[in-house]
Amino acid sequence: MPALDSRSHHLRKKILDTLNSSRRGHIGSAFSLVEIMRTLYDDILKYDSKNPNWPDRDRFILSKGHGCLAQYVLLAEKGFITEEALMSFCKTGSILGGHPDHFIPGVETSSGSLGHGLSIGVGMALSARIDKTEHRIFVVIGDGESNEGSVWEAAMAAGKHGLSNLIVLIDYNKMQSYGSTYEVQNLEPLADKWKSFGFAAFEIDGHDPQALGDLLRNLPRKQQKPTIIICHTVKGRGVDFIENNPHWHHKSKVTDDEMSALYDGLEASA
Amino acid sequence: MRKTCLHAIYELARLDRRVVFIGSDLGADTLNPFKEEMSERFFMEGVGESYIVGMAAGLAMEGKIPFVNTIATFLTRRAYEQIAVDLCHQNLKVRLIGNGGGLVYAPLGMTHQAVEDIALMRALPNMTVVAPADAREMSKIMIESMQYPSPLYIRLAKGYEPIVTHEKQEFKFGKAYQYFDGEDALVITTGVTLQPALQAVKSLAEKSGINAKILHCPTIKPLDKRAILAAIEQTPVVVVVEEHTPHGGLASAVAEIMVEAAFVGKKHFCRIGIPDTFPDDFGSQASLMQRYGITAKNIFFKVWQAVDNNVVQIITSENIMTPKTPSKL
Repeated sequence: MPALDSRSHHLRKKILDTLNSSRRGHIGSAFSLVEIMRTLYDDILKYDSKNPNWPDRDRFILSKGHGCLAQYVLLAEKGFITEEALMSFCKTGSILGGHPDHFIPGVETSSGSLGHGLSIGVGMALSARIDKTEHRIFVVIGDGESNEGSVWEAAMAAGKHGLSNLIVLIDYNKMQSYGSTYEVQNLEPLADKWKSFGFAAFEIDGHDPQALGDLLRNLPRKQQKPTIIICHTVKGRGVDFIENNPHWHHKSKVTDDEMSALYDGLEASA
Repeated sequence: MRKTCLHAIYELARLDRRVVFIGSDLGADTLNPFKEEMSERFFMEGVGESYIVGMAAGLAMEGKIPFVNTIATFLTRRAYEQIAVDLCHQNLKVRLIGNGGGLVYAPLGMTHQAVEDIALMRALPNMTVVAPADAREMSKIMIESMQYPSPLYIRLAKGYEPIVTHEKQEFKFGKAYQYFDGEDALVITTGVTLQPALQAVKSLAEKSGINAKILHCPTIKPLDKRAILAAIEQTPVVVVVEEHTPHGGLASAVAEIMVEAAFVGKKHFCRIGIPDTFPDDFGSQASLMQRYGITAKNIFFKVWQAVDNNVVQIITSENIMTPKTPSKL
């Protein structure tokens, strides 16, 4: 696997620092998401961290809320929340729990229970259409999440309404909590599924921010179809012993030795 | 009542561009004028209640006021998690309108009979639960709902119920309304049970000399605690009538505040409603109401029995359920 660039390394280091503060979290899911999230927050999304409810902002929903560590570090870096808040992750009195809540600046909706975010995104996209506004709605979903029937209810509706202002990205790391998606609930043929629901479907290396950024910048705005971007990723990307390892989907009571191994593993990927 | 409700949504939508209508797969021609005149705010989204509630949440987050309408069981059972997480946790201004609350869909079987919907909705923080007695009260609720800031569950009855509420009576969320006056007994109602209660209390005064007060609670949550406790204070007998199972509905809510209030002296507490069972017969709403004793006659009898016999007892629906008529094989 190619070495991480400095930006990807830095964000993963911040995720580890946050994990270190509470010694728990969905580390594998967060590492899978880093390049998707940095591309969106660095290059694509319109937002104003000093005015999180700016009406013209793009809406971003992390429907696979358990990947929130990847979002939290970017919210802190972009000025939505403080570093102090970041380091309070999952602690008493924190605004940052193990899944995102709607009251966090920069978070549009509570998520954590899977299969909710796309329906909400469809509602937001329809509202934008009613109001004739230009902002777009980005929803990141998971592959395990796609076991939920409500994902496909919402997909059917997005296709029916031809929501060109709705862009769905799926973090397709092919691993869910128990193990491989092929074993637990096979999603293939995934692109064909989304196409059959009326989406314009793209497949891309979800760890290549350049390619993902180019694709997102060049999406046609008047295609009368919602977009699905299937991001091929590796769960736990960046630390070899947690990559594709279901035991690192979620960890609590992370030990000092495990923390050291995580930091060492990340350095080896740089 | 349903027709009145849908028409009210249409009128509200004409006045306020924030109003959107979302149906699942409702009957042909439902709200055709809305669809024709305001098509961009009319959504018939198919049989996917989980999605529909989430979609309504997304619209509400953007400042719209979605009115979501489908059969009560499908809303409250199927989409429960979306209602909890998307609507209630985020305290969104979405109005859920459940068709066929209670035993309305008697001939269609248990999948369509919303006998525990009040309990389900009442359990959720931030949710307000209302059950109007008739179309007149429904109209007032719809108008008032535009200013109400949080999620609402509106339990619809069948339609064409007799109008029993007062024309000039206001409607405020969280307020109970008094009918008749008397200190021998208190009858507490919600939804369409006001109608048999009115008949029963009138007959009690005329035939038995028992003077009872009715407190009608179109809002089950938040309950008008002050009015109910003040009325209970004045009487030894409390009878709650509802078209709902015993756990978590209006009777439960009243029992909770009664126990917390720790009244000095004995109080008879009697609940009339659907027993702790899924409805086990078909027929009509009226025939099932008869079977479970949600009738003027049974209310009359239970109040009379409690007032006349100075015996502390809990009378539940199980005690009065009439046997099911065996069908011909």
